[in-house]
Amino acid sequence: MAMRDEAPPEAIRDGAHAARRHDSADRHVAGEAVYTDDEPEPRDLLHCHIALSAKARARLVRVDLAAVRAAPGVVAVITADDVPGVNDTGPAVLDEPMLAASGKTGGEVHYAGQALFVVAAGSLAEARAASGRAVIDYAEETPILTIAEAMQARSLLQEPYRMARGDARAAIDAAPRRLAGCITMGGQEQFYLEGQVAVAYPGEDDEVRVISSNQHPSECQMIVARILGVPHHAVTVEVRRLGGGFGGKETQGNLMAAAAALVARRTGRPAKCRLDRDDDMVLTGKRHDFRIDYEVGFDEAGRILGVRFEQMARCGWSLDLSHAICDRAMFHADNAYYLPAAEIVSWRCRTNTVSNTAFRGFGGPQGMMGIERVIDEIAFALGRDPLEVRRVNFYEAPDGPGERVMTPYHMRVEDSVIGEIVEELATSADYAARRAAIRDWNAQSPVLKRGIALTPVKFGISFTTVHFNQAGALVHIYQDGSVMLNHGGVEMGQGLMTKVAQVAASELNLDLERIRITATRTDKVPNTSATAASSGSDLNGMAVRDACATLKARLVRFACESMNATETDVAFLPNRVRVGPEEIPFADLVRRAYLARVPLSATGFYATPKIHWDRAKAQGRPFYYFAYGAAVSEAIIDTLTGENRLIRVDILHDVGKSLNPAIDLGQVEGGFVQGAGWLTTEELWWDETGELRTRAPSTYKIPACSDRAPDMRMRLWSRGMNRELTIRRSKAVGEPPLMLAISAFQAISHAVAAAGDHQVYPALDAPATPERVLGAVERVRGG
Amino acid sequence: MSLWVAYRAEARPNRARINDLLAGNLCRCTGYGPIIEAAEQAYDHPRPEWDDADAAAAAQRLAALGAEGLDYQAGGRRFLAPETVDELATLAEAHPQATILAGATDVGLWVTKRAFDPEIIIHTGRVRELAEMREEAGRLWIGAGVTYRAARGRIAALYPDIGELIRRLGAAQVRAAGTIGGNIGNGSPIGDSPPALIAAGATLVLRKGATRRALPLEDYFLDYGRQDRRPGEFVEGVWLPVPEDGARLRCYKLSKRFDQDITAVLGCFDVDVEAGTVRAARLAYGGMAGVPGRAAAAEAALTGQPWTEATVRAAMEALARDFTPLTDMRASAGYRMRAAQNLLMRHFIERTAPATATRLVGAGAALG
Repeated sequence: MAMRDEAPPEAIRDGAHAARRHDSADRHVAGEAVYTDDEPEPRDLLHCHIALSAKARARLVRVDLAAVRAAPGVVAVITADDVPGVNDTGPAVLDEPMLAASGKTGGEVHYAGQALFVVAAGSLAEARAASGRAVIDYAEETPILTIAEAMQARSLLQEPYRMARGDARAAIDAAPRRLAGCITMGGQEQFYLEGQVAVAYPGEDDEVRVISSNQHPSECQMIVARILGVPHHAVTVEVRRLGGGFGGKETQGNLMAAAAALVARRTGRPAKCRLDRDDDMVLTGKRHDFRIDYEVGFDEAGRILGVRFEQMARCGWSLDLSHAICDRAMFHADNAYYLPAAEIVSWRCRTNTVSNTAFRGFGGPQGMMGIERVIDEIAFALGRDPLEVRRVNFYEAPDGPGERVMTPYHMRVEDSVIGEIVEELATSADYAARRAAIRDWNAQSPVLKRGIALTPVKFGISFTTVHFNQAGALVHIYQDGSVMLNHGGVEMGQGLMTKVAQVAASELNLDLERIRITATRTDKVPNTSATAASSGSDLNGMAVRDACATLKARLVRFACESMNATETDVAFLPNRVRVGPEEIPFADLVRRAYLARVPLSATGFYATPKIHWDRAKAQGRPFYYFAYGAAVSEAIIDTLTGENRLIRVDILHDVGKSLNPAIDLGQVEGGFVQGAGWLTTEELWWDETGELRTRAPSTYKIPACSDRAPDMRMRLWSRGMNRELTIRRSKAVGEPPLMLAISAFQAISHAVAAAGDHQVYPALDAPATPERVLGAVERVRGG
Repeated sequence: MSLWVAYRAEARPNRARINDLLAGNLCRCTGYGPIIEAAEQAYDHPRPEWDDADAAAAAQRLAALGAEGLDYQAGGRRFLAPETVDELATLAEAHPQATILAGATDVGLWVTKRAFDPEIIIHTGRVRELAEMREEAGRLWIGAGVTYRAARGRIAALYPDIGELIRRLGAAQVRAAGTIGGNIGNGSPIGDSPPALIAAGATLVLRKGATRRALPLEDYFLDYGRQDRRPGEFVEGVWLPVPEDGARLRCYKLSKRFDQDITAVLGCFDVDVEAGTVRAARLAYGGMAGVPGRAAAAEAALTGQPWTEATVRAAMEALARDFTPLTDMRASAGYRMRAAQNLLMRHFIERTAPATATRLVGAGAALG
């Protein structure tokens, strides 16, 4: 690290709140950032291939792997019989056998694509080719594939869960206006550009070291240990960076890590498990698809009086994280709206499809789609601008009378800025005038129709599983004053490491370049939580601050003792410390402290305050605070083909006092475009046997460059300031912006309504592919 | 890399051009904004000096490889890369079981996804004559080895909308490697160039040894996975008529995503109207059957009839007799048929009320 000798400047370079570029930006662009698969390969490395089930639901009546074992290059074949510990990768409950195939008992499979066994060979090509020689006889049973089939068969992973406040039934029945309907929305493949990959290195005795592309190193450690049947301390998991995670590596990377670790233990050789893209898409979980039935009572102003939601989620064959995901969908059934009487019932459908998992938003987007549909349909029924209906339903601002603040889960919304944000955005985006201009334009355009929508986002920040809201950090100061930073958060391109390093820089009042970012490792900071739930900066930033505070306190004490000063005489100035009348370079003070045998390494810890949850009563405060934002999208559709695109997007988003406006704005943009992909071009399609047929970029369509609206105007809200004592008053940014894209979906819906001259509600389902849009156009035109 | 290529060879691109340059580069994190900005800002910086030297050195090394045909054998596999079309004809006839490789945009996927392990590959990429385009006697010859990128300019000059179709075919990387001949040769039901070429009245030239035969392109596609190509025969090229009014021919590609997507339905229409009456109609579709082909019943419903909405609606109905499309991950059978019918209406509106906005992307798109 280059240290500078020039005179100390008045402020440090790139502390918190600076719009500093991502620490790895240059390496990303130059291709020099090292990802798991870029690690130099040891000479005796084995490559693993995971064989996948060809059937959605079957007993394996014959598993004959003799030909696989005999194939060229094969070193090991691992089945359920070869797991020394517990053959299960389930993160929450043990309902997820890691490997389905057993040479002794056969086994059973629950979805097409389920892992059967692992082949390890000298090359990946040999492992793949060998796997194809397996003789597997399936005794097929009729699979349950869809939400409708699961509801019919009452195939559920958990009992239905209910949240309620007031008597929604009575409120709806007594309301002057009522409507009911249904919306379905598809799932979403994470499509991280770096696929699932892990490398395991055998150590002495029962030790194994795993490098994994994984959002949750501690859980990976736990599951690898469980499968190997060794204590957690025998397993070390390391993660430097991910080429995208989006929730798809919160639990889904553990199977690859365990496969590599099993092979490494079994053979004594390092092993890599890197999935082919098609296998990755078939084997690993995605965003849950939902069907939401709704019923609402409202008044002539559009004010909701009572609402009921039945949320049905396709969870797939095992629980994975579905419990918390479905809960979060319920927690966002209100979005930014006060619901005086509400009932939300959640159905967690068990199906013979891949086990759906975390994806940015974690159920929140689906829950919000329900209420935003309700608002839009109320406005349509009343012939009003949906924005008017939104306004009369928003949660109160903190300075209000406190009458419209209680959520359906009995948490008071004490920080609502949605009204302010929406008014500012409606003005800056020129919403009203554009809406009028679109009406005129549509009147003269018979084929193409335009639409516009403004939708808000209120997203709850904290893991809803309370104990996950903790974080640890480890900070070392070396004798030259350089600082090594470690914490439990994982870098997946989102800039977490940069933001947390900026926090450390500001806490120690050092230039950012003096802070070294290091890989996340379970042997440095133990028992960490997933980098998920948008919590990375909030939790790890605070833990790092705690560690820095400990170090600073020791240095202050040392300065007082050695230089005969009092605590108030000591101040950390940019890159130096003032002790009484004297100013000492930080490195000099550190060096002196070292010689005086002052410890220069500290751990830090943070546990989010205020949160609690009573599951039995469905009441509590699951969130520390809320993040807010709003977007205006304008779309255009072709009424002959259903093709559609975005024309203009305006976004105003609240990240509190941003830790890094450049990185946060990047999250806002990326989140919006990813959300728009979910709701437009990204369609998962299973055939009637339960096989996923959209399993590669040739068939599954994430947004391309031209899908970005040609006119995008994004801003962070300048008045943003977290009312809670978060790290430097910032707000989490990872997930909330994704839901801004609901505006894109509703803009398309608005254009469809125009095709029928606003006489019939489009009731558009997601994703809004050309096919669904054309179907909706025909519906509103009575075709 | 896509941006680097453009930075070296092109003037500062506009936003539409940047979209085209990046169509083959998916990004899941950014939303593309910073990448677009980088594409623009690159032009504020001078080209590095080392680049010219590198390019010159690479060109020299390539030239040093020589001009002889290549016959490489290893591990019981053989890779043949002839230099002349006569050599190609001899090799294809001698090895009728060989896989003919003309761009590898499809065969490459057979290898990576289906573990296809061909015994003999005959690569057409070095055959000089196959890369030729020439105009003679009112026809444009397009050699089977001409890439989309090489073909686009001349085809677009004759048929602007085929040019627009090629702009959306794959992405820059695919268009630089993929060939018109390969797209015909492998007989995919969803290849984008055959319907356009069929609508334009292209003639296919097949060759076996010294023998050539020519046939209307639509006759080459017999059934799903089956073409009228005899053992040892290969696609030498196509003749494309130089049109009187090439702008009349219109292509409509439907896919879930505009760029870099495989077609769900492609309609390419050339309707010749004289004094309000349809004199002739060529309606070619892709994605509607196991092979690309013409809509005979719909053509008949148009031909000789007044060019009116009622006639077009009759042709739309007739189209249901021409095709029985399938349901798959790209679209349902019902959507394919309705959209294919509606494309006829779109075409009618474009021809008879040209001021009406009908396009969302590309040349003539409403709202940029």
